[in-house]
Amino acid sequence: MSDQHIATAFDRDLEAIQARIMKMGGLVEAAIMDSAASLEARDEELAEKVTVGDAAIDALEDLINEETARLIALRAPTAVDLRVVLTVMKISGNLERIGDYAKNIAKRTGVLAQMPPVPGATASLRRMAREVERMLKDTLDAYIQRDADLARDVVERDLEVDQMYNALFREFLTFMMEDPRSITACMHLHFIAKNIERMGDHATGIAEQVVYLVTGDRPEDRRVKADDTSTSLLEG
Amino acid sequence: MYDIARTESALEQTDIKISARNVQVFYGDTHAIKDVDVDIEDKTVTAFIGPSGCGKSTFLRCLNRMNDTIDICRVQGDILLDGEDIYDPKVDPVQLRAKVGMVFQKPNPFPKSIYDNIAYGPRIHGLARSKAELDEIVEKSLRRGAIWEEVKDRLDAPGTGLSGGQQQRLCIARAIATEPEVLLMDEPCSALDPIATAQVEELIDELRQSYSVVIVTHSMQQAARVSQKTAFFHLGDLVEFGETGHIFTNPEDPRTESYITGRIG
Amino acid sequence: MSDITSAPGAPTPKSSTELVAASLKRRHRKEARLKWIGIGAIGVAFLMLAILVGSLVSSGWQAFTQTHVTLEVFVDPEEIPQERLPRGGFDDALGASLGRMLPEADMSQRSVRKSVERILSNGAQFKLRDMVVADPALIGKTISMRVPVSDPYDQLNKNLIDRNTPEQNRRVKDNEIAFFDALKAQGAISKPLNWALFTNADSRFPELAGLKGALAGSFWALLTCFLISFPLGIGAAIYLEEFAPKNKLSDFIEVNINNLAAVPSVVFGLLALAVFIGWFGLPRSAPFVGGLTLALMTMPTIIIATRAALKSVPPSIREAALGLGASKQQVVFQHVLPLAMPGVLTGTIIGLAQALGETAPLLLIGMNAFITSAPSSPFDSATALPTQIFIWADSPERGFVSRTSAAILILLGFLVAMNAVAIYLRQKFEKKW
Repeated sequence: MSDQHIATAFDRDLEAIQARIMKMGGLVEAAIMDSAASLEARDEELAEKVTVGDAAIDALEDLINEETARLIALRAPTAVDLRVVLTVMKISGNLERIGDYAKNIAKRTGVLAQMPPVPGATASLRRMAREVERMLKDTLDAYIQRDADLARDVVERDLEVDQMYNALFREFLTFMMEDPRSITACMHLHFIAKNIERMGDHATGIAEQVVYLVTGDRPEDRRVKADDTSTSLLEG
Repeated sequence: MYDIARTESALEQTDIKISARNVQVFYGDTHAIKDVDVDIEDKTVTAFIGPSGCGKSTFLRCLNRMNDTIDICRVQGDILLDGEDIYDPKVDPVQLRAKVGMVFQKPNPFPKSIYDNIAYGPRIHGLARSKAELDEIVEKSLRRGAIWEEVKDRLDAPGTGLSGGQQQRLCIARAIATEPEVLLMDEPCSALDPIATAQVEELIDELRQSYSVVIVTHSMQQAARVSQKTAFFHLGDLVEFGETGHIFTNPEDPRTESYITGRIG
Repeated sequence: MSDITSAPGAPTPKSSTELVAASLKRRHRKEARLKWIGIGAIGVAFLMLAILVGSLVSSGWQAFTQTHVTLEVFVDPEEIPQERLPRGGFDDALGASLGRMLPEADMSQRSVRKSVERILSNGAQFKLRDMVVADPALIGKTISMRVPVSDPYDQLNKNLIDRNTPEQNRRVKDNEIAFFDALKAQGAISKPLNWALFTNADSRFPELAGLKGALAGSFWALLTCFLISFPLGIGAAIYLEEFAPKNKLSDFIEVNINNLAAVPSVVFGLLALAVFIGWFGLPRSAPFVGGLTLALMTMPTIIIATRAALKSVPPSIREAALGLGASKQQVVFQHVLPLAMPGVLTGTIIGLAQALGETAPLLLIGMNAFITSAPSSPFDSATALPTQIFIWADSPERGFVSRTSAAILILLGFLVAMNAVAIYLRQKFEKKW
């Protein structure tokens, strides 16, 4: 069986939409790094760049939606071609949400820059952001290489991100209890931590789509959610 | 088929090759085609779709005056090829059909050699002045018809000895041997298996760069894959005509939508 | 489907499988009956054919050999002086030579001499004359000749004359039989193949009668028929099928052509007599006129066969040619006609085979005359094979009986050969298509 369709235009169309996903992925990866860097450096200009850059990511998502709809209508793809098209649509949705979270982080960075810094928080946040960015990079690599094992690995790493978030949640609570003047800053930082944790979830979502694309199976076990903040009670 | 890569570049301006206005066709007393206006663009594949008996084949055959061979058929209205009315009494249908080629539903190679099949059109129209020129035309046509590699060693073999898909590609090569400007195709893949169909559709996509192609098909999916513009016929009327991607994602007329989604017969 | 509302106690309605099974036996019996009727019909047909051919062969096979006698002929210069050539006493010279082979025969008696001379065919003297005229140096020499015997002795040699019938009822008398037996004992009698059947023209004497004239006459007549009916028939068919407008007139013409094919052949003979011979003044008994008449009869057959062949060419080929820009004429002559050729040729050959065997029209135009030389041109008087058979059938001589059957066998042979050619051509061209 050859890898090419007899209709070469069909191959071109599929490559085109996958190229768009990769482009979108690149933009989102950059947005994550830039937003984390701007937070740490308290760089308002960089944060502004991230905020503005989100428009391009949203535009790409619209374009991908339009093109995949057209591809389905005109080509009626089946089997692996159908999975390619469906996963492209879902992945673009996931990427767009990650981009939105990055923008949100950048916006809050602008606010945080006006306030005195909270010690120790940004380092943890940077680590968390770095981990999520690596997850995203790996899952996009897994997509290009159709590597289901790498994708499953990414799914499991989300556990660590969730645990990092748990730790940060407790830390911020402690800070806020110790020093009520830091509540505003800590609230923003908490929301930033939550955003990064949600980015991790979406990256995991992308990895699950990759597994579906390669094997045709939906992931059997539901994702292990280690985030227990919604159920934990803190004495204080 | 809509080549998505083209969205990034500006769409080229295309000329109108055939322009039809107020065309009516009568078979005896039956009003088969009612008041059709359509423009066929150059270097474009235009598809005619519609249920059986809607008149798409009849209209196609008006474009090269093949309906002249049917005694009870009457055509009214204007059909202009490059601005000239093809039904003008001064126009010789024989000459017209060298400019407007046709490929039929069932592959119909002549029971002659492959070479003679291709050479027939150029011979009767006097397009080659020497054997060498004729050889060149035959080779060029077979290459354009995407069948040269398969038959170059057996040009003397009978044309009827090829497989169905090869025969149809041979008929396409035969039709383009007279260097037509327009290629009419009446359900060219309906007698072929899926692989042969895909090969012919790929060929049509290549031909689009040199000719204006009009294809009648009863398969909407084929029209979606192969054409840039689509015309939907129903009971002799031209219901909708537009860009293929638009018609298959968001048609204007509810009748078109019903047909495409399979809600009417 | 069982009917829930059926009356209680009624037999359960059968399913369709059961009904089919029940009728199956009856259907098989019907089919077997039909098959045997068909086989029986074919059997009867073959039986008839076998009887026909068998009776022809049994009565005609003798005609394919002719009894000859080999004798030393002294070309007596007194009987055949050189000055008198081509006249001379050839029959006397032959009789004398034969008499020398029969010592018991008293050649001084006139009746005996006549009997001996009558052993030889009447044509023997002309054969000797032609040899001497060609080479007068033969006068005075003794040459060896092999000549046919006359018909009664031919019949005798073939055991067709019963020696036990009373002498007055026999063609050959006892002493004549004795002479013949004596010659036979000397080994002078032979029975080679009767090539004269093909190389001689008609004659009063059965032993000399041949079919050369009839074969030549039939050949010229068929050739004329072909040259006229083939192009005209095909041309008419092409015009009617491809070019003529479909209106009442063309329907009328079609009906008339179909009727013409059914007209009895004798009517064509009357037509030929009145028009060709009466009005146009063409010579009677000429193969050319025969050919014209046969052409009139064959043309409807060719037209009908050609039209059927043209109709059978699939329209897809026409459309393909038209779509490429061929004119109507090019479509017909470059595509349709070549593809219709097998059917046309088959129809033509069958038509010609029919024409070969037609007797009535040829009789009416006079091709049943008694003509002893073969025609040298289509305008000379001649007979044709079927009319020659007719003439011979009338003759009472025993020799002609077997020759008539032999001629019929030859005619049948030609017909079978022509039909075989038609079938072969059809097979050959069908493969290409």
